Amino acid sequence: MIFSLVITGAPYSTQCADTALRFARSVLQQGHTLHRVFFYADGVHSGSALAAPPQDEFNIPQAWAELAHEHQLDLVVCIAAAVRRGVLDSNEARRYEKDGHNLASDFTLSGLGQLVEAGIVSDRVVTFGA
Amino acid sequence: MTLHTLNKTPHESNALQDCLAALSDDDALLLIENGVYCAMPAHAELFTRLPGGVQCYLLQADVQARGLNDLNPEFRGIDYDDFVTLSCRYEKVVSWF
Repeated sequence: MIFSLVITGAPYSTQCADTALRFARSVLQQGHTLHRVFFYADGVHSGSALAAPPQDEFNIPQAWAELAHEHQLDLVVCIAAAVRRGVLDSNEARRYEKDGHNLASDFTLSGLGQLVEAGIVSDRVVTFGA
Repeated sequence: MTLHTLNKTPHESNALQDCLAALSDDDALLLIENGVYCAMPAHAELFTRLPGGVQCYLLQADVQARGLNDLNPEFRGIDYDDFVTLSCRYEKVVSWF
Protein backbone atom coordinates (compact mmCIF):
# COMPACT_ATOMS: atom_id res chain seq x y z
CA MET A 1 0.00 0.00 0.00
CA ILE A 2 1.14 3.57 -0.68
CA PHE A 3 1.31 5.85 2.37
CA SER A 4 1.99 9.56 2.77
CA LEU A 5 2.38 11.31 6.11
CA VAL A 6 1.64 14.87 7.21
CA ILE A 7 3.37 16.26 10.30
CA THR A 8 2.24 19.55 11.83
CA GLY A 9 4.05 19.59 15.18
CA ALA A 10 7.54 20.81 16.02
CA PRO A 11 10.07 18.24 17.23
CA TYR A 12 10.72 18.41 20.99
CA SER A 13 7.59 20.57 21.55
CA THR A 14 5.08 17.86 20.73
CA GLN A 15 5.27 14.11 20.44
CA CYS A 16 3.88 13.95 16.91
CA ALA A 17 7.23 14.15 15.06
CA ASP A 18 8.42 11.19 17.10
CA THR A 19 5.21 9.20 16.58
CA ALA A 20 5.33 9.87 12.84
CA LEU A 21 8.91 8.66 12.63
CA ARG A 22 8.11 5.40 14.40
CA PHE A 23 5.02 4.93 12.22
CA ALA A 24 7.13 5.58 9.07
CA ARG A 25 9.68 2.96 10.10
CA SER A 26 6.90 0.43 10.63
CA VAL A 27 5.33 1.27 7.25
CA LEU A 28 8.65 0.63 5.49
CA GLN A 29 9.44 -2.46 7.54
CA GLN A 30 6.13 -4.01 6.49
CA GLY A 31 7.04 -3.49 2.83
CA HIS A 32 4.64 -0.64 2.10
CA THR A 33 5.66 2.40 0.05
CA LEU A 34 6.12 5.78 1.68
CA HIS A 35 5.41 8.19 -1.16
CA ARG A 36 6.01 11.45 0.68
CA VAL A 37 6.37 12.98 4.14
CA PHE A 38 4.98 16.50 4.22
CA PHE A 39 6.10 18.82 7.02
CA TYR A 40 3.55 21.56 7.60
CA ALA A 41 3.10 24.43 10.11
CA ASP A 42 5.47 23.98 13.10
CA GLY A 43 6.45 20.61 11.61
CA VAL A 44 8.91 22.48 9.37
CA HIS A 45 11.42 22.58 12.24
CA SER A 46 12.08 18.87 11.66
CA GLY A 47 13.91 20.00 8.50
CA SER A 48 16.46 22.17 10.25
CA ALA A 49 20.08 21.14 9.81
CA LEU A 50 21.02 23.28 12.82
CA ALA A 51 19.12 21.30 15.45
CA ALA A 52 21.68 20.15 18.01
CA PRO A 53 19.98 18.11 20.74
CA PRO A 54 22.17 16.56 23.47
CA GLN A 55 23.97 13.44 22.25
CA ASP A 56 22.04 11.10 24.53
CA GLU A 57 18.71 12.36 23.17
CA PHE A 58 16.84 11.40 20.04
CA ASN A 59 17.91 13.57 17.07
CA ILE A 60 14.68 13.79 15.09
CA PRO A 61 15.95 15.74 12.02
CA GLN A 62 18.88 13.34 11.73
CA ALA A 63 16.63 10.30 12.15
CA TRP A 64 14.49 11.49 9.21
CA ALA A 65 17.61 12.08 7.14
CA GLU A 66 18.87 8.56 7.87
CA LEU A 67 15.51 7.02 6.98
CA ALA A 68 15.40 9.11 3.79
CA HIS A 69 18.87 7.88 2.78
CA GLU A 70 17.97 4.30 3.40
CA HIS A 71 14.64 4.35 1.55
CA GLN A 72 14.98 7.31 -0.89
CA LEU A 73 12.17 9.17 0.83
CA ASP A 74 10.68 12.42 -0.45
CA LEU A 75 10.77 14.73 2.58
CA VAL A 76 8.92 17.92 1.62
CA VAL A 77 8.80 20.99 3.84
CA CYS A 78 6.00 23.48 3.13
CA ILE A 79 7.77 26.54 1.74
CA ALA A 80 5.32 29.16 3.05
CA ALA A 81 5.31 27.64 6.55
CA ALA A 82 9.11 27.29 6.50
CA VAL A 83 10.26 30.73 5.37
CA ARG A 84 8.15 32.53 7.95
CA ARG A 85 9.67 30.31 10.66
CA GLY A 86 13.24 30.79 9.50
CA VAL A 87 13.77 27.45 7.78
CA LEU A 88 15.40 28.41 4.47
CA ASP A 89 17.25 26.69 1.67
CA SER A 90 19.97 28.51 -0.27
CA ASN A 91 17.51 29.83 -2.89
CA GLU A 92 15.17 31.33 -0.30
CA ALA A 93 18.11 32.75 1.69
CA ARG A 94 19.20 34.54 -1.47
CA ARG A 95 15.67 35.71 -2.25
CA TYR A 96 15.18 37.16 1.24
CA GLU A 97 18.79 38.39 1.50
CA LYS A 98 19.59 36.31 4.58
CA ASP A 99 23.10 35.47 5.76
CA GLY A 100 22.60 31.74 6.03
CA HIS A 101 20.36 28.82 5.22
CA ASN A 102 19.52 25.79 7.34
CA LEU A 103 17.34 23.33 5.44
CA ALA A 104 18.92 19.88 5.86
CA SER A 105 20.10 18.37 2.59
CA ASP A 106 17.63 15.47 2.59
CA PHE A 107 14.62 17.82 2.68
CA THR A 108 13.16 20.01 -0.08
CA LEU A 109 11.06 23.15 0.17
CA SER A 110 7.91 23.00 -1.93
CA GLY A 111 4.26 24.01 -1.95
CA LEU A 112 0.90 22.58 -0.93
CA GLY A 113 0.58 21.11 -4.43
CA GLN A 114 2.91 18.38 -3.18
CA LEU A 115 0.43 17.56 -0.41
CA VAL A 116 -2.45 17.46 -2.89
CA GLU A 117 -0.46 15.20 -5.21
CA ALA A 118 0.38 12.93 -2.27
CA GLY A 119 -3.34 12.68 -1.50
CA ILE A 120 -4.08 11.66 -5.09
CA VAL A 121 -1.28 9.12 -5.39
CA SER A 122 -1.46 7.53 -1.92
CA ASP A 123 -3.86 4.88 -0.63
CA ARG A 124 -3.57 6.35 2.86
CA VAL A 125 -2.62 9.81 4.12
CA VAL A 126 -2.00 9.83 7.86
CA THR A 127 -1.75 13.14 9.72
CA PHE A 128 0.29 13.49 12.89
CA GLY A 129 -1.04 16.66 14.48
CA ALA A 130 0.38 18.89 17.15
CA MET B 1 -14.92 2.23 7.88
CA THR B 2 -12.58 4.88 9.28
CA LEU B 3 -9.74 4.68 11.76
CA HIS B 4 -9.85 7.67 14.09
CA THR B 5 -6.69 8.56 16.01
CA LEU B 6 -6.85 10.85 19.02
CA ASN B 7 -3.81 12.36 20.78
CA LYS B 8 -5.30 14.72 23.39
CA THR B 9 -6.52 14.18 26.97
CA PRO B 10 -10.24 14.84 27.60
CA HIS B 11 -9.35 18.13 29.32
CA GLU B 12 -6.78 19.42 26.85
CA SER B 13 -9.18 20.23 24.00
CA ASN B 14 -12.53 19.28 22.44
CA ALA B 15 -10.82 16.66 20.30
CA LEU B 16 -12.34 13.72 22.21
CA GLN B 17 -15.88 15.11 22.03
CA ASP B 18 -15.52 15.94 18.34
CA CYS B 19 -14.10 12.50 17.67
CA LEU B 20 -16.89 10.70 19.56
CA ALA B 21 -19.49 12.74 17.65
CA ALA B 22 -17.92 11.70 14.35
CA LEU B 23 -17.66 7.95 15.06
CA SER B 24 -19.85 5.77 12.85
CA ASP B 25 -20.74 2.08 12.90
CA ASP B 26 -17.74 -0.20 12.36
CA ASP B 27 -15.16 2.59 12.74
CA ALA B 28 -12.16 2.19 15.02
CA LEU B 29 -10.74 4.52 17.65
CA LEU B 30 -7.02 4.53 18.44
CA LEU B 31 -5.67 6.54 21.38
CA ILE B 32 -2.10 7.74 20.91
CA GLU B 33 0.26 10.09 22.77
CA ASN B 34 -1.66 11.99 25.51
CA GLY B 35 -4.86 10.50 24.09
CA VAL B 36 -4.18 7.35 26.11
CA TYR B 37 -5.35 9.26 29.21
CA CYS B 38 -8.88 8.99 27.76
CA ALA B 39 -8.75 5.31 28.75
CA MET B 40 -8.43 6.16 32.46
CA PRO B 41 -11.29 4.53 34.42
CA ALA B 42 -12.65 7.98 35.32
CA HIS B 43 -13.59 8.57 31.68
CA ALA B 44 -15.07 5.10 31.03
CA GLU B 45 -18.61 6.48 30.94
CA LEU B 46 -17.79 8.38 27.71
CA PHE B 47 -17.23 5.11 25.86
CA THR B 48 -20.29 3.14 26.95
CA ARG B 49 -22.57 4.28 24.12
CA LEU B 50 -20.36 3.99 21.05
CA PRO B 51 -21.93 3.12 17.69
CA GLY B 52 -22.14 -0.59 16.86
CA GLY B 53 -18.99 -2.42 15.92
CA VAL B 54 -16.56 0.32 16.98
CA GLN B 55 -13.25 -1.22 18.04
CA CYS B 56 -11.13 0.66 20.59
CA TYR B 57 -7.35 0.53 20.74
CA LEU B 58 -4.50 2.35 22.43
CA LEU B 59 -0.82 2.57 21.62
CA GLN B 60 0.87 0.47 24.31
CA ALA B 61 4.20 2.33 24.05
CA ASP B 62 2.48 5.60 24.99
CA VAL B 63 0.71 3.91 27.92
CA GLN B 64 4.04 2.56 29.22
CA ALA B 65 5.78 5.91 28.73
CA ARG B 66 3.18 7.46 31.04
CA GLY B 67 3.20 4.66 33.60
CA LEU B 68 -0.54 4.02 33.37
CA ASN B 69 -2.20 0.91 34.79
CA ASP B 70 -5.70 -0.52 35.09
CA LEU B 71 -7.04 1.26 32.03
CA ASN B 72 -10.49 0.83 30.52
CA PRO B 73 -10.62 -2.83 29.37
CA GLU B 74 -12.60 -1.79 26.27
CA PHE B 75 -9.28 -0.61 24.80
CA ARG B 76 -6.86 -3.16 23.42
CA GLY B 77 -3.13 -2.32 23.53
CA ILE B 78 -1.33 -2.38 20.19
CA ASP B 79 2.15 -1.55 18.84
CA TYR B 80 3.27 0.55 15.84
CA ASP B 81 3.10 -2.43 13.47
CA ASP B 82 -0.53 -2.95 14.49
CA PHE B 83 -1.16 0.79 13.93
CA VAL B 84 0.04 0.40 10.33
CA THR B 85 -2.04 -2.75 9.90
CA LEU B 86 -5.16 -0.93 11.16
CA SER B 87 -4.42 1.96 8.77
CA CYS B 88 -4.54 -0.53 5.91
CA ARG B 89 -7.63 -2.36 7.17
CA TYR B 90 -9.73 0.82 7.46
CA GLU B 91 -10.44 2.89 4.35
CA LYS B 92 -9.11 6.13 5.72
CA VAL B 93 -7.38 7.53 8.78
CA VAL B 94 -8.80 10.65 10.45
CA SER B 95 -6.59 12.33 13.06
CA TRP B 96 -8.11 14.30 15.93
CA PHE B 97 -5.66 16.67 17.61
